[in-house]
Amino acid sequence: MVKVTIDNIDVEVEEGTTILNAARKIGGKIVPPAMCYYSKLAGSGGKCRTCLVKVTQGSDKDPRPMPKLVASCSTPVQNGMIVQNITSPEVLETRKAIVEFLLLNHPLDCPVCDQAGECDLQDLSYNHGSSLTRTEEPRRTFEMIDVGSKIKLHMNRCILCYRCVYTADQITDKRVHGVLERGDRCEIGTYIKNVIDNDFSGNIIDVCPVGALTDMTFRFKSRVWFTNPYDAHRACPKCSGKVVIWLSGNKILRVTGRKDEYGEVEEFICNECRFDKKEMSDWIVEKPRKIKRNSVISQNHYELINKYGSHG
Amino acid sequence: MSIKILFENIDVDGIDSFEVYRKLGGYNSVEKALKNMSPEDIVEEVKKSGLRGRGGAGFPTGMKWSFIDKAPGKSHYLIYNADESEPGTFKDRHLMQYNPHLLIEGLILSCYAIRSNTSYIYIRGELMYVMRILEKAIEEAYANGFLGKNILGTDFSLDIYCHPGAAAYICGEETGLIESLEGKRGNPRLKPPFPALNGLFGFPTIINNVETLATVPWIINNGGEQYAKIGIGKSTGTKLISACGHINKPGVYEIELGLSVEEFIYSDEYCGGIKNGKKLKAVVAGGSSVPILPAELILKTAKGEPRLLSYESLSEGGFETGTMLGSGGFIVMDEDTSIVKNLLTFTRFYRHESCGQCSPCREGTAWMEKILNRIVEGKGNEKDIDLLMDIANNIEGNTICPLGDAAAWPVQSAIKHFRDEFLIKPEIV
Amino acid sequence: MKFMEPKVSFSEETLKLSEKIISHYPEGRQKSALIPILHLAQAEFGGWLSVEAMDYVAGLLKLKPIEIYEVATFYTMYNLKPTGKCVIEVCRTGPCWLMGAEKIIEHLEKKLGIKAGETTTDGKFTLKVTECLAACGNSPVIQIGEKYYVNMDVEKADNLIQNLNEGMRV
Repeated sequence: MVKVTIDNIDVEVEEGTTILNAARKIGGKIVPPAMCYYSKLAGSGGKCRTCLVKVTQGSDKDPRPMPKLVASCSTPVQNGMIVQNITSPEVLETRKAIVEFLLLNHPLDCPVCDQAGECDLQDLSYNHGSSLTRTEEPRRTFEMIDVGSKIKLHMNRCILCYRCVYTADQITDKRVHGVLERGDRCEIGTYIKNVIDNDFSGNIIDVCPVGALTDMTFRFKSRVWFTNPYDAHRACPKCSGKVVIWLSGNKILRVTGRKDEYGEVEEFICNECRFDKKEMSDWIVEKPRKIKRNSVISQNHYELINKYGSHG
Repeated sequence: MSIKILFENIDVDGIDSFEVYRKLGGYNSVEKALKNMSPEDIVEEVKKSGLRGRGGAGFPTGMKWSFIDKAPGKSHYLIYNADESEPGTFKDRHLMQYNPHLLIEGLILSCYAIRSNTSYIYIRGELMYVMRILEKAIEEAYANGFLGKNILGTDFSLDIYCHPGAAAYICGEETGLIESLEGKRGNPRLKPPFPALNGLFGFPTIINNVETLATVPWIINNGGEQYAKIGIGKSTGTKLISACGHINKPGVYEIELGLSVEEFIYSDEYCGGIKNGKKLKAVVAGGSSVPILPAELILKTAKGEPRLLSYESLSEGGFETGTMLGSGGFIVMDEDTSIVKNLLTFTRFYRHESCGQCSPCREGTAWMEKILNRIVEGKGNEKDIDLLMDIANNIEGNTICPLGDAAAWPVQSAIKHFRDEFLIKPEIV
Repeated sequence: MKFMEPKVSFSEETLKLSEKIISHYPEGRQKSALIPILHLAQAEFGGWLSVEAMDYVAGLLKLKPIEIYEVATFYTMYNLKPTGKCVIEVCRTGPCWLMGAEKIIEHLEKKLGIKAGETTTDGKFTLKVTECLAACGNSPVIQIGEKYYVNMDVEKADNLIQNLNEGMRV
């Protein structure tokens, strides 16, 4: 075990643990936000740069500070490491800049986006972004595409976290989509009109931190905050069958994996559970799902904005 | 005339053939090393020489070699980084094209030093014709027993393969190069782990620049101490400077480190002065990514001392009043040059070459280009300049690999030294 | 999975060459050969990479087709749509720009009646702008195929196109 201090809080973790996961062990406000890292996907992380933190002491053995901010999701802790996250103004300023970069080409179409209310980027912007935009340049745009009959790809909203690529690589048997092109021309795509179709493909919807990949069986049916989530399960031969069903009255509007407070699913679920089981009789309902995430909407931030104005 | 280490025989007719190269003492260092020296001896000599990486970062080569896990029986690789793509830099191409055997000789010594039995030359795809020159030289070296199994009857074996890229500046970055060599997109890897521990195919890997390794034969022939006597201070030896832009004699020059910038620009032995008798306005001294300096700061440091071509002198004054030796791409601009338009071409380059993996570089480079385009069209204002500076500052230091810094520095320095020029309206013709 | 006959395939000679390239890399690392083999494919299949060509390479290297698309769209030497018989690439980065590359590009656009990135209607020429070709000491530089044309100016570029055009008539 090694000891590390994050924002003045000590924690002991196993060797090889990343700063981010050490922070998650402490929990609460000092956990850096992560838009691309996903603990269940090997190789994920390092790309969005929202989790950058400052290392003011490298380790007991080598106390020198690290010269640049480091990605907490991919930097392993050393014994005696001292890290600043929310206690560093530099980190917070940089995070604000990163949010600005991520929003630069992101359409502000939250009012018509199915992800609104459970969108990591929405929360990130609210918590860390600036209320003013400094860009007057036109945004990058792409055609919307259906990747099969159940999943809609809305590339304009994508922040290129690569999570859906890792998901297809690691939990399905064949990957047909990936990141194409280069630089600011990068896009998620199949190149030729290819159908993403296998038993677990629907999970790319759950791992998407924004509204780039959405469930066409749920599309425009309801805003998420008008639906009531319940833990439910069924005996499924393909997956654990443990899901969240999202109800409007007695109608199941959609089925998703069970997400933890960091927006990560506890277990990946199969497409049959997700897309085809929409009757109450398909499920054994357990209990209302408490959504642990710190959502802008769950905290009624938007109501406050409506009341007092966005800069109030 | 100053000492020539890399260019000693470059003008000799037929030097690209094994026969002529060998006749002039080529591959002698391999004989010496394999018969009389241990790999550790080689590393030691290179350490003594003070040789620093010539690709841009200037990291001591001997030290880099000592990081690698050399356990016998375990695969490890040496990669020759011939992906020269930094605007203003064309020295490696010159060397490979005209004296290919020197590179192979250097490569054999270096592989022996780190006990690597396989080496790849990663060459940029546009230089297919240079790759064919190298392949011919490699073939000759095999035929003459300097490559392959049991070289010169020793137990050291080495295979070298050429591997072309396909136009991506980012593959000059060590881990972008490794990804590309593994047949993938050239997205740089997160570090740690560093390639010396976990590189190509997951094995320990060293990546060196062409010019760096081409220097090793001389060091082995003459000794590291001799090499360290050349140059100035910690900038030992010679360096290839590729000079271009508004000068009378563009080309690649081998200079002894410590030569004054003034002599380099104005003497007939080198650049021969500014073209058409114009005045010097600015220089980008180490490839497009290093800070641009106005004439007065490139000729003299802020302290008023003559500026020298060395790692230390060029960086004297930090980024406030100094720059970097970088890759030695020396771009000269005369009094009529629009600094902002030139900057736009650099920024467009970095936008074009960003791999797109991390958000500050992907979004930031494109944003800067858009703003610069507006400024060049005469539609910019004071706020745009501040915004540009801010974006550059927000990219710098926050990206996965150094491309972000490379894109930020030209913008920051151009604004710092030539801010007034950003709001000049274009002439209406 | 149904086995489908590929619509395109390498000649015996190219196949041999690609086997040799694959042998440069350790067992199971044949993906390393992808970039060099895509060069072969582009040369053999008419100067560009069609989906069929890429799928063929995927089969050859036992890779998923998406792995080829990801790579082919990343590296700018690969043409993903048909080009003219002659692809003219003019460098436009700083050092070439300083020496007048912009004027050359403008002139060629006018002469050929196309914008950079386009192909003439007779299918003879594709004009591309490219980034630094590492020949800044002889700027401006134009690359056609493997050949570099250096120290260019408007007049020389004009002659070059003229000669190429006449060469194609024969």
